[in-house]
Amino acid sequence: MSEKLYPVSVEVNGTLREALVTARLTLVDFLRDALRLTGTHAGCEHGICGACSVLLDGEPVRSCLMYAVQADGCSLTTIEGLARSDGTPGALQDAFCETHATQCGYCTPGMIIAAHALLQANPEPSEEEIREAIGGNLCRCTGYQQIVDAIKLAAETGKGKA
Amino acid sequence: MSVPGTERFRYIGKKRRTKEDPRFVTGRGRFVADIALPGMKHVALVTSPHAAARIKAIRSAHAQALAGVHYVLTGAELCAATEPLLIGVDAPKVLRYPLAHGVVRYAGEWVAAVVADSRALAEDAAEKIEVDYEPAEYVLDPEKAIEPGAPLVHPLHGSNVLYRRKFVWGPVEEDFARAGHRLAFRVHWGRSATVPIETFGVAAQWDAGRQLLDVWASIQMPKFPDQMARALRLPGNAVRVHFDVDVGGSFGVKRGIKHAVLVGYLAKKLGCPLRLIEDRLENMRGGDMHGPDRIFDIQAAFDSDGTIRSLKIRALDDVGAYAGRSPLQLGKPVGAIVGPYQIHSVEYEPISVMTNKTAQEAVRGFGQAPTNYALETAIDRVARHLGMDRVALRKKNFIREDQFPYLIPSGTSYDSGDYHTVLDKALAAADYPALLAVRDAARAAGRLAGVGIASCLEPSGANSSFEPLFNPKNDTTTWMDSCLVRVDLSGSITGVMNTSSAGQGHETLVATVLGEVLERDPDTIRVVHADSLSALPSNSPVGSRMAIMLGGAAAGAARKIKSALLAIAAHNLNAELAELEYREGSVSVKSDANRSLSWTRLVEIAHRKFHRLPPGLEPGLQAKFVWEVPGGGGLPTADGRIQMYPCFSFEAHVVLVEIDPATGQPKLLRYVCGHDCGVMISPDIVHGMTYGGIAHGIGAALYEKFAYSDNGQLQSQSFMDYLIPSALEVPEISIVDHCTPSPLTTFGQKGSGEAGYLGAPAAIAGAINDALAPLGASIAELPMTPLAIWTRMQAARARLKDATS
Repeated sequence: MSEKLYPVSVEVNGTLREALVTARLTLVDFLRDALRLTGTHAGCEHGICGACSVLLDGEPVRSCLMYAVQADGCSLTTIEGLARSDGTPGALQDAFCETHATQCGYCTPGMIIAAHALLQANPEPSEEEIREAIGGNLCRCTGYQQIVDAIKLAAETGKGKA
Repeated sequence: MSVPGTERFRYIGKKRRTKEDPRFVTGRGRFVADIALPGMKHVALVTSPHAAARIKAIRSAHAQALAGVHYVLTGAELCAATEPLLIGVDAPKVLRYPLAHGVVRYAGEWVAAVVADSRALAEDAAEKIEVDYEPAEYVLDPEKAIEPGAPLVHPLHGSNVLYRRKFVWGPVEEDFARAGHRLAFRVHWGRSATVPIETFGVAAQWDAGRQLLDVWASIQMPKFPDQMARALRLPGNAVRVHFDVDVGGSFGVKRGIKHAVLVGYLAKKLGCPLRLIEDRLENMRGGDMHGPDRIFDIQAAFDSDGTIRSLKIRALDDVGAYAGRSPLQLGKPVGAIVGPYQIHSVEYEPISVMTNKTAQEAVRGFGQAPTNYALETAIDRVARHLGMDRVALRKKNFIREDQFPYLIPSGTSYDSGDYHTVLDKALAAADYPALLAVRDAARAAGRLAGVGIASCLEPSGANSSFEPLFNPKNDTTTWMDSCLVRVDLSGSITGVMNTSSAGQGHETLVATVLGEVLERDPDTIRVVHADSLSALPSNSPVGSRMAIMLGGAAAGAARKIKSALLAIAAHNLNAELAELEYREGSVSVKSDANRSLSWTRLVEIAHRKFHRLPPGLEPGLQAKFVWEVPGGGGLPTADGRIQMYPCFSFEAHVVLVEIDPATGQPKLLRYVCGHDCGVMISPDIVHGMTYGGIAHGIGAALYEKFAYSDNGQLQSQSFMDYLIPSALEVPEISIVDHCTPSPLTTFGQKGSGEAGYLGAPAAIAGAINDALAPLGASIAELPMTPLAIWTRMQAARARLKDATS
């Protein structure tokens, strides 16, 4: 069975990436398998858990609910794109380290993407707004508290803008 | 932040960043789905649509005709070529293989596996496999399953009962006869699980040249490599499990042995690397990770002053269609069967029964959370029966601080604790009188509000004493863990641990302990995970054991390093050991600071200068330490008394809930947890696991249930219907620390990996029932979903209306 391939051109973390993909290839599989950006995780593959969140033209989306071809011409930011150029944690990621906002690390990339989007839109969120913003991202380890603390810390120190 | 009990330490108990976090926050973790082997192919599964059926035929020609499809495996081939998977109790006819053979026993059971070039293609091919089934009788209700004449899940076994025994510890009947009051009730802990955000996965590669199977898996399982090799009929040293795979959450369930045996078999047979990653549907239906599903019938005997004399506990646990270690989840609670209370005698009848449902696996607490829920419900009911305050009743029955070590009727000795103080601290932090006032004001305004209290034990430092207790043919009495420490020529320290981690921060644990003992900065210490062929013995992070066992092993190994350094220094400084002082890695003569050797010099002597080593000291600088669980190592008595886990953490939960009168939706307005796990090695890690345990407990108490239809179909098989609490359901939580050191462990630490989860469901259930009490309503089943609450409210209002009309 030979599936028809379609060209896709996307900017990912500031770099233009071009590929030929099948119509049914999800964006998360494209990022993980084709581009080897494995920081984006598949958790439920039906749009609930948020582990696969990425920024699409600045907005957080679930990459398991999109096809790669739908991202053609768009700009994507993944968790790798929020790190410093040497691969060490960026400012928001550093706040997650400071409060120990991660345990197993599986939901973490999606959680940070959601937090990043929040802080871009609202640099001084209330606790309620923080919980609302990460309400679509499930975590099984942390009970969310140290995640909320991390986002508060990032907001307080202006780290979320970085 | 002040962390009680850790003042004397340099790194232990201090606010420090963890070693693991940087890789996770940057998306640089290495999970099993990130393992991409050259030429790797993918496995997909065909699963049963029936709760019970005979497999008449499997036709795979259409699937195999697809380009890119390489193999279709069925149970007939696999069962002939592999050994059955191990089972925790003595039931040799309850055979379990990765694929069904001849019959299916639950909806979702794996029937065939397809290997193809991509996961998508393998799934396409799986859909083209036609299976003819002849539906058979099934049983879903565990109470019906134990009746004679019930359809048998495993006919060769002759019964659906996997394990049943009535233990009597102490003069139960006499205590019941003497007691002024008795009450009996039933509660049901619903079928839920830990449901990590990462599903199970495994990758495997057979190297024919080396005759070696390499395995990367998302696992948390004692003896996993041994069991895999045994099932595949390979020597133990022909299976190499790589423990450096980050596990995306487990909390007990990530056993994955059937996944690994299946993929290992196929990888060897086909000679190509393979990977299987469950999708969420496969995970929920066929991952074999459902948790306890337990009906408790409790009788309590007590006096008018609140003294609880005796308990009779019957626990009927529905383990589903197969059994790994799941029946043993009725065994662990034997070691804390009276909770934190002075209860003189106990009758305990655990019954493990099979039904045509997805199999049960170990879940956080290994059966203790359900038992704690039953015990705390008993305390609340006794209080209500006597008209006594719930706090006063608990305090009256608590084991006192001066009574430790305290031997409970079932033969386990509790190491230490101060339950009164921890409960008092939690009540003070919650401002208990104010909490009651808020509740009463809400009630006065016509709303429903309740306060819940739970005071529960967290047994920790897992051994496996339930194995010989529940299976006389299994006389396992050691459950050791180990650490290897090496100091290289540059003076850098590396700790080697011997299992994978699932978020518990073991690398930070080992580095902190090594740093503490050797007085070296933990940030400079690297910790790596061995593979199973280079590993020392480990029994994996089960039963809140790693702070105790891996921490203890790391400390033991570090002390050997320190001893070697001191011996080298004594030899080279011409001094007696007693004259020497070790400080931050350097050794000097106490009376003459000029006579000293630095860390660098000592390390150099160990690695390069045999002529300067004391006689008998091996060159290089490395040490291993294998530690047995403290106090462990015994077999049970004839009447089933045994020392279960050695250390007992304690948690006191205080929660205020208000229920939406229109929808039944509960809202947690205040949540306080007093927690005593002895000396906390890494406070952020302990607190994080406790918050997470409470969140998980909120799910078990209010939302999460693997519900089955009458025809045996799992109804909650996605995150749209199996509801995991989000940041909007989990409130801000206040943890109040207390430290009662354990006398049995290296630094006084106890375990904490199951913290929060062991008491939260009991506390929340108590709060819901307190809220419903003014209506004369109550709920005796978890989860107490909004619908269940609303239904009780409606019925109660209808009763009140009838009564007043």
